[in-house]
Amino acid sequence: MSEPKLIKTIKDIPKEELFAPGHRLCAGCGIPILVRMVLKAIPGPKVVVTATGCLEVATTIFPYTSWKVPWVHNAFENAASTASGIEAALKILEKKRGGKNAKVIAFGGDGGTFDIGLQALSGALERGHDMIYICYDNEAYMNTGIQRSSATPAGASTTTSPAGKVIPGKLERKKDLIGIAIAHGVEYAATINPAYPVDMYNKIAKAALVKGPTVLHYYTPCPTGWRYDIDKSIEIARLAVQTRIWPLYEYDHGVYKINVMVKRPKPLEEYFKLQGRFRHLLRPENKWLLEKVKKDVEAQWERLLKLAEVS
Amino acid sequence: MKAEVLGRGIRVGMNGNSAVAYAVKQADVDVVAAYPITPQTIMVERLAEYVNNGELNAAFIPVESEHSALSTCVGASLAGARVFTATASQGLALMYEILWIAAGLRTTIVMALGNRAFSPNINIHCSHDDAYAARDAGWIQFFAENVQEAYDLVLQAFRISEDKDVLFPSIVNLDGFILTHSLEALNVLKDEEVKEFLPPKDPVNPIDPDNPMTYGPLDLQDYYIEHRRQQAEHFKASYPKIVKILNEYSEFTGRKYSPVKTYALEDADIGIMILGSSAGTVRYTVDRLREKGMKVGVVSLTLYRPFPIEDIKKVVKGVKVLAIMDRSYSFGSPGAQLYMDVSTALYNLRERPLLFNVIYGLGGRDLTPEHVELIARRAEEVAREGEVKETQIWVGVRE
Repeated sequence: MSEPKLIKTIKDIPKEELFAPGHRLCAGCGIPILVRMVLKAIPGPKVVVTATGCLEVATTIFPYTSWKVPWVHNAFENAASTASGIEAALKILEKKRGGKNAKVIAFGGDGGTFDIGLQALSGALERGHDMIYICYDNEAYMNTGIQRSSATPAGASTTTSPAGKVIPGKLERKKDLIGIAIAHGVEYAATINPAYPVDMYNKIAKAALVKGPTVLHYYTPCPTGWRYDIDKSIEIARLAVQTRIWPLYEYDHGVYKINVMVKRPKPLEEYFKLQGRFRHLLRPENKWLLEKVKKDVEAQWERLLKLAEVS
Repeated sequence: MKAEVLGRGIRVGMNGNSAVAYAVKQADVDVVAAYPITPQTIMVERLAEYVNNGELNAAFIPVESEHSALSTCVGASLAGARVFTATASQGLALMYEILWIAAGLRTTIVMALGNRAFSPNINIHCSHDDAYAARDAGWIQFFAENVQEAYDLVLQAFRISEDKDVLFPSIVNLDGFILTHSLEALNVLKDEEVKEFLPPKDPVNPIDPDNPMTYGPLDLQDYYIEHRRQQAEHFKASYPKIVKILNEYSEFTGRKYSPVKTYALEDADIGIMILGSSAGTVRYTVDRLREKGMKVGVVSLTLYRPFPIEDIKKVVKGVKVLAIMDRSYSFGSPGAQLYMDVSTALYNLRERPLLFNVIYGLGGRDLTPEHVELIARRAEEVAREGEVKETQIWVGVRE
């Protein structure tokens, strides 16, 4: 395995753009930052598969496309299986007929990954296809109008887990996607965040060099669904890490590493008060839920610390 | 019945599943993605054996569901591979969403469908529910009558689907258990002969990093309907090409293939129309009824989609009553699926046969010569009375 080409500052990021402007993703959306970075950090020929969702609908409105690489959309729940077929076909055609191989990249939102597409993802990871699977997680079904997903954090208000008088938003915890990926025996899995672009670039570059499946879990701020001003996306993304609610870590061939060690976390209230989806948690009658969320966040952090220590 | 023409090939004994798998191996397929389901399981097992023993240089992808099987096939086909999958019944139902996508994205997947009844109640035997469920999705569909035809049609399906004037996926239907599991003698081509008839796939606009394209974009009010219209026109236009390739294969092998098969129909007053393996039973009975002086003939379809409308119009001309047999049921419809197709096809003719619909064989219930005779007698009655009193009857059912 060759060494990944890592960067030290954002100035080292290649200038070439394979994702054209003019797409219809919302102002302030975190997704295009991810896509541009992925297409820059993965060297050589590549093919992109995208599940139904924000990224798909906003970048390929016929007769336009933002993609300067081969791009395939099949359906909602099958990005991983579609990518499996492309990967297997390119490999066998290279062997049989001298065809060109390419790195296969699959994008899915949290709906297409955590929920409806989880089975297809599990199958693809288990079979060991050489692909990078990237979940852009905006923590709800944003494309259909902000419905809860199993990636929606506890306490968040969505259109199907509204902050009501009796039930103040989503009560269930967020599913652990990286844990699920690791349980399949992937060699590399990591969380990435647009407020930490160098970390993000380098993790994508590392994942690209693995021969086999890797999973990246991207925190994508969503002004429309989270209800905040569009210029606050990066600030909120950084706060997510600094409050420990969205730790930046990686799993690299058996070793866990927390990439941004948060010694003195900022209070979660700072993160919550900026977003309409959480604001109700700051009301006195919902204190019990706020406390529960805080406890969960701490437990998650402690668990990660231990994993990083023992590995 | 006249002696069967055996045509080119080496005589072997195989069941339908093995014969299909053998044809797929000879087609030198590049990618197989399939999920086992009775009665198709043996196909998938054989193909895995071929790959693992080095007899077939292909990627065998043991997917975790039928939905993923077809999704994987779509990706592989777009990437330029020759692709095969197989399923039945519930598996086809689980694939349903992707059937339309596979056709609309102009993939060239070939699927063998071991026809099996839909649940409930769960049943592993033959109905044509699954084949009919796929009828609107834009796939070419063939029905095999025996194991020889299943083998031959798989080879022809690859050639047809991958043809530049066609570019639609194909389903080869073979009746669950009756064909999938019956051992039959058949003639198989030599590998070189298959290569001659079926050269490697020359893909149209495959995924290519040097020539990036967007497959499956968002398509709204301003373009969607034009794209559907294009697909509809292309699908219709594929018909003569399908016939041409069937003819070519017929000449190549000496085994005759055409969209519509007829038997003793030229002077018949009564016609019986059927799909799949039971056509043999109908022909056998027709021979006996002819001896008794009844003027009965048979129409069976090898090509079900695109529906051979003009050919059917031609062959049923002169028939007074046509009994249309469906191995399925369409709840709340004016008739079952084949009956509705034929009714629509014939309606605007000035002279057309009277039609009635027969439901038979659901869940693997045998169709016997006695049932066929009963149908013929009923048709005779309709002919005598000059009107259809009951548009739908069931045979072989305990009332």
